[in-house]
Amino acid sequence: MNNGFTPVVAGSALGTSAAAPTTPKNIANRGGAANPSVDALRQAFTGVVHRADVVWGETTVIVDRTRVHDVIEWLHDDASQKYDYLSDVTAVEFRDLEQAVEVVWHLRSLPYRRFLRVKVLLAKGAPMEVPSVWDIYKGADWLERECYDMFGITFVGHPDLRRLLMWEQYKEGFPLRKDFPLRGRFSRSEQLRQALAANPEARYSKEELSIADAFEDLPADMRRRLGTGERTGE
Amino acid sequence: MATTKRTVDVQLSTTGMDAQGRPQRVPLVVDESGSPVAVDAPPSMDDPDLTGEHMLINMGPQHPATHGVLRLVLELDGETVVRCIPHIGYLHCGFEKIGEYRQYNQIIPWTDREDYLNSPGNNVAFALGAERLFGIEITERCKVLRVMACELSRIISHLVWLGTTSIDIGAFTPFLWAFQQREIVYEMLESWVGARLTTSMTRVGGMAADIPDDFLPKLTAFINTFPNVVDEIDRVITRNGIWVGRTVGLGVMSPEEAVNYGLSGPMVRASGVAFDVRKDFPYLDYETYDFDVPVGTNGDVYDRFLVRMEELRQSTRILAQTLKRLPDGPVNIDDHRTILPPKSKATSDMESMIHHFKQVMEGPRPPIGEAYVAVESPKGEKGYYMVSDGSSKPVRWRIRPPSFVNLSAIPRMVEGHLLSDVIAINASIDIVMGEIDR
Repeated sequence: MNNGFTPVVAGSALGTSAAAPTTPKNIANRGGAANPSVDALRQAFTGVVHRADVVWGETTVIVDRTRVHDVIEWLHDDASQKYDYLSDVTAVEFRDLEQAVEVVWHLRSLPYRRFLRVKVLLAKGAPMEVPSVWDIYKGADWLERECYDMFGITFVGHPDLRRLLMWEQYKEGFPLRKDFPLRGRFSRSEQLRQALAANPEARYSKEELSIADAFEDLPADMRRRLGTGERTGE
Repeated sequence: MATTKRTVDVQLSTTGMDAQGRPQRVPLVVDESGSPVAVDAPPSMDDPDLTGEHMLINMGPQHPATHGVLRLVLELDGETVVRCIPHIGYLHCGFEKIGEYRQYNQIIPWTDREDYLNSPGNNVAFALGAERLFGIEITERCKVLRVMACELSRIISHLVWLGTTSIDIGAFTPFLWAFQQREIVYEMLESWVGARLTTSMTRVGGMAADIPDDFLPKLTAFINTFPNVVDEIDRVITRNGIWVGRTVGLGVMSPEEAVNYGLSGPMVRASGVAFDVRKDFPYLDYETYDFDVPVGTNGDVYDRFLVRMEELRQSTRILAQTLKRLPDGPVNIDDHRTILPPKSKATSDMESMIHHFKQVMEGPRPPIGEAYVAVESPKGEKGYYMVSDGSSKPVRWRIRPPSFVNLSAIPRMVEGHLLSDVIAINASIDIVMGEIDR
């Protein structure tokens, strides 16, 4: 047992005099006290914060697409912010297709007990690309992969941006986009046909098959298909 | 030489004794006459042909110890895991997509089915999120009932975790004891809302039902007996040599790493980070309840087990406080634009009938806005992020699944450990594939 153990306590940066957090009550739809990090962000980055809203007591900062990595890195590293916990990465597409697609990061600062929503707007026609924050938060790995899988948003800098929930050969597009029908693009018979036509090796990535002798042990036809890059037998 | 089995046994065991008379594991080698001969050392494993050869092992998706349909592709060097590549998505149902086509109250049954061991907790979390989006303040009685539901479901979830994990690691008894207690909680839930697993017990602005008359005596009896069962399980496995040997020092995450990987719940607390949404970002007046947040020191599988065991006791403590403070009064809010009026009023009062009709046909409409509400589910920080464009269906309903983020750290945790330890580490994450794949 480690006797010199001291737990990392959330809210530690606030000091002992700070009031204990309470359940928020009677929150206004708009307005209210904004997260102090917004002012600090505006001072640290000029012209990067497009807008800051307080909706239902939660602060949203809309920042420039190209600078979002710098903003989040600063929020993570700065001693007066310490946003050390990435709760979620996701995206929102509106029913009005003219409206910009939003990429949303939910950040928590455990030492200061703060919660901040960082957003990037991807206007219609703009490239669906945002910088990855994987180098700041390792927890972003699957969250970004899922967001790519569901929305087709490329996280530039992610080391392994593959589909996560859908299989890698999935051809129907990005399920959570609003132009994707609820029942999927392909008919059930087409989906069944594709599932039956898939080769066994389609269940493995090439990286996995390259492990040691696994590749050499495969039958010749499988090796040939993999060698030519053909994956599904389609 | 005698030919009875008894004599052969004695001969074998005598050969395998060491100088102190303790049994020794000796490969059974016989000479020409058929009598066993002792071998000093096992054959050398340093054969140059065997080292460096890596093997690909496919664990799952039908492996019983993967708790559902998780598939881990493991690269092994001998029995040591060199690389782990998880595959998920076998249970993907598109809950978030379906939610965009449902009214808020219609989504509640879907929340039962994601983390199906914590259905009441999910119902409460979703209702809290929707209520923030609607700007509703719920009644005091409803708050206490929801705390009861959350803590009961935390007990269920931890008991299932305890039972399945003990089976994975080789102990069968705690499984039976844990499932017996779980059955009592399920019976209580059944008497409350009529369902055991898929409870759908909340509505936006209230609950589906108030507790029945015999609920509080049942809960009191449960609170009185349950700690004894936890102590009993504690006695059986906490200091059990096999249990300790199979859990200590496995899958260690340092506090900084645990936070950086986004771990939450018992996973992050076992690493020594006292982060509990109930304490740090409270909801349902959790700050007024008296309970402790257990924190581990080493961040290994054993500490995760200890943290969950203590959480069982703390949940019982919270339940005892809810019993004392449960106020009388209405459960649902009095605003029938968002919650259905009583059926008797809907059939006798014109205004209530119109509210009833509008709600069933169109559904309540929140103002334009968005809300992210996180609760402490048994697995960790469970967040619901909802975006409304003013219509009766959300534009986006996002689930922040705690075990999804916890599982994403599994390659980091298993690499360098033995194949058999993968089972223990995977079990310690407390995954529910319904929540991970959604």
